[in-house]
Amino acid sequence: MKPAAGEEKDPMARTERSPRYSLSHLKTLEAEAIFIIREVAAELERPALMFSGGKDSIVMLELARRAFAPARIPFPVLHIDTGHNFDEVLEHRDREVKRLGLTLVVGSVQEAIDRGVVREEPNGSRNRIQTAVLLETAEKHGFTALLGGARRDEEKARAKERVFSFRDEFGQWDPKSQRPEVWGLYNTRVHVGESIRVFPISNWTELDIWSYIEQENIEVPSLYYSRRRPVFRRNGMLFAVHRFCQPRPSEEVFEADVRYRTMGDATLTAAVTSDAATPAQVREEVAGTRLTERGATRGDDQVSEAAMEDRKKEGYF
Amino acid sequence: MDLLRLATAGSVDDGKSTLIGRMLYDSKSIFTDQLEAIERTSRDRGDDYTDLALLTDGLRAEREQGITIDVAYRYFATPKRKFIVADTPGHIQYTRNMVTGASTADVGIVLADARKGLIEQSRRHAFLVSLLQVPHLVLAVNKMDLVDWSEEVYESIRAEFVEFASKLQISDLTVIPMSALKGDNVVERSANMPWYQGAPLLHHLENVHIASDRNLVDVRFPVQYVIRPHQNRNQDYRGYAGQVAGGVLKAGDEVVVLPSGLGTRIAGIETADGPVEEAFAPMSVVLRLEDDLDVSRGDMICRPNNRPSVSQDIDAMVCWMGDSPLVPGQKLAIKHTTRTARTLVKELQYELNINTLHRNLEAVDLRLNEIGRVRLRTTSPLMADEYRRNRATGGFVLIDEATNATVGAGMIVGAE
Ligand SMILES: Nc1nc2c(ncn2[C@@H]2O[C@H](COP(=O)(O)OP(=O)(O)OP(=O)(O)O)[C@@H](O)[C@H]2O)c(=O)[nH]1
Ligand SMILES: [Mg+2]
Repeated sequence: MKPAAGEEKDPMARTERSPRYSLSHLKTLEAEAIFIIREVAAELERPALMFSGGKDSIVMLELARRAFAPARIPFPVLHIDTGHNFDEVLEHRDREVKRLGLTLVVGSVQEAIDRGVVREEPNGSRNRIQTAVLLETAEKHGFTALLGGARRDEEKARAKERVFSFRDEFGQWDPKSQRPEVWGLYNTRVHVGESIRVFPISNWTELDIWSYIEQENIEVPSLYYSRRRPVFRRNGMLFAVHRFCQPRPSEEVFEADVRYRTMGDATLTAAVTSDAATPAQVREEVAGTRLTERGATRGDDQVSEAAMEDRKKEGYF
Repeated sequence: MDLLRLATAGSVDDGKSTLIGRMLYDSKSIFTDQLEAIERTSRDRGDDYTDLALLTDGLRAEREQGITIDVAYRYFATPKRKFIVADTPGHIQYTRNMVTGASTADVGIVLADARKGLIEQSRRHAFLVSLLQVPHLVLAVNKMDLVDWSEEVYESIRAEFVEFASKLQISDLTVIPMSALKGDNVVERSANMPWYQGAPLLHHLENVHIASDRNLVDVRFPVQYVIRPHQNRNQDYRGYAGQVAGGVLKAGDEVVVLPSGLGTRIAGIETADGPVEEAFAPMSVVLRLEDDLDVSRGDMICRPNNRPSVSQDIDAMVCWMGDSPLVPGQKLAIKHTTRTARTLVKELQYELNINTLHRNLEAVDLRLNEIGRVRLRTTSPLMADEYRRNRATGGFVLIDEATNATVGAGMIVGAE
């Protein structure tokens, strides 16, 4: 315990104010996320990485690649296919899976509807019913730990969740009895039947994600960048016209420069007016925005004040 | 731009959540839709003003009871720094959640209600902040609006706290009078307290020097994961992945692997971006070693002439978080850096009364939220440093093997 002869007594003695040994906030967040992902691979039996094709899961996948390079990512990628995906997102998913040599496991919401396991919601959103499909697919493949790209800045219930978040045998989250999580010492133990969700980018904000995409040159679907697209207005939001999103007769279609801030259920995810056509421009736009990404684009999160908490309690990621 | 981690502490209703809300609000870090949502909630509840605590009290139960139950994390940035804020609960029942938020903080803000002065829970939290070695402490004397902005009231609380703090290990203390509710001395300097010469809180947070809080002297690299590609291209590659816990590692450095004590050199330090010359905390890197040694998760790489203790006998302060008490003779799992072992609680040396700092040598157990000094005997050796010297290699958690619950947070005092 005593410092060896010749070593300074005071551990801070030599550090002074050396900027040489300081890490930028993005590299600090990156190091933390890589540590968490490696901890999952080291301690958990059968993990899988949830990949939706959205920017957060793209960044998480890139962090996983970095965590194990030059080896492959040592676990499969899990996609819950709502059947309401933007084509480009699926193309991106398949390209990434191939490039990184990964195994892709798909849980299909459409198939679960056809089998009668879940029922379509009146508003057509599949955000909520995908939870059941997620739980079923994870069980079928024996996944006991799922890495997710949720961020605490997204929503106030997420802001409360641990990095390693436990779910009972029904996949439910109990916000009132979370394990203490001190230092980086993650307790990964679970009983048979229970599972863990792990959120390596918990501490990233939307702005961090974009700064990182820009800094590290990460490819994301071009839907995230502004282009002139045919759109119509619904519930005060702009929806681009595509396969899953058609205007009603009363809704007038016009052209506008828009981009997507999130890639949720394609039938319900709105676009935002924007001129940002490059990562740097998006980063600048996000830095100045006055609306949260969910507030701006998700038709289904505004149902009630505690909508997210309730969904998480049911097992939503 | 660097990153500062901040945690609030203090008794129930001292205004922790309100302070965070105020800081977010005045630094324009709140989104319009979030603000509208809490304005609506406040209005519906019949509040006279918008309750900024709602920005962090996001759970249904918290809103119903008007208290914080678990840590909430919020994020904001100024042109100078990026901040991660942990808003922790004041209720004694939720102390373990407070410890969760404070364990990684660079700065701890302990609030005190100016009307009440220092009460047991404020002392308790100040003590916990010092025990966890949060390097910088701010005492926020809050609700100054309710004591007529009185310098006298502030001074007496300040003096009392400075006296109490002198018995703790606090290296950097700043005291600020404020009103979280009205915003005085949070982001903007208070016009109501011209007698206060210091900076408002945010200014202090933007400028407090944290780079030298890391240990850049003692090289410590806990091996987290062994990378073996099993690919034709990288047949013989073997890399040791981990996050640097102390010191500066350089390619070519002579190192030893503990507990085996075998020596070699660092052949290269790698990241996905390519090789780097040096690695320091908190970088996550991969080390390649010159010799083919048997190295696995839980081993520690350090310099030959600067080693942690390699020991099965650990003396530590433990903050007990279990619902049933810690008793001597108990067996638990222990996780220290990347190494997990089992441990026997050999002895409870004393329980510490946090209020008086009196050591109760007669204590027979440690109950939920109590703190005491224990001696442990582990099944395999730990590579231990004093927590005071290195938070990453001096801290551990205790896990109940029957329930899998995390039941204790430990800080190593010594190892033989
Ligand atoms: N007058 C006045 N009231 C304040 C001030 N700061 C907070 N309050 C009020 O004190 C009450 C408690 O504030 P909170 O922010 O919820 O307290 P807390 O410390 O977060 O409480 P817990 O998290 O439950 O421990 C609320 O009614 C606040 O409006 C202040 O500076 N002046
Ligand atoms: Mg609070």
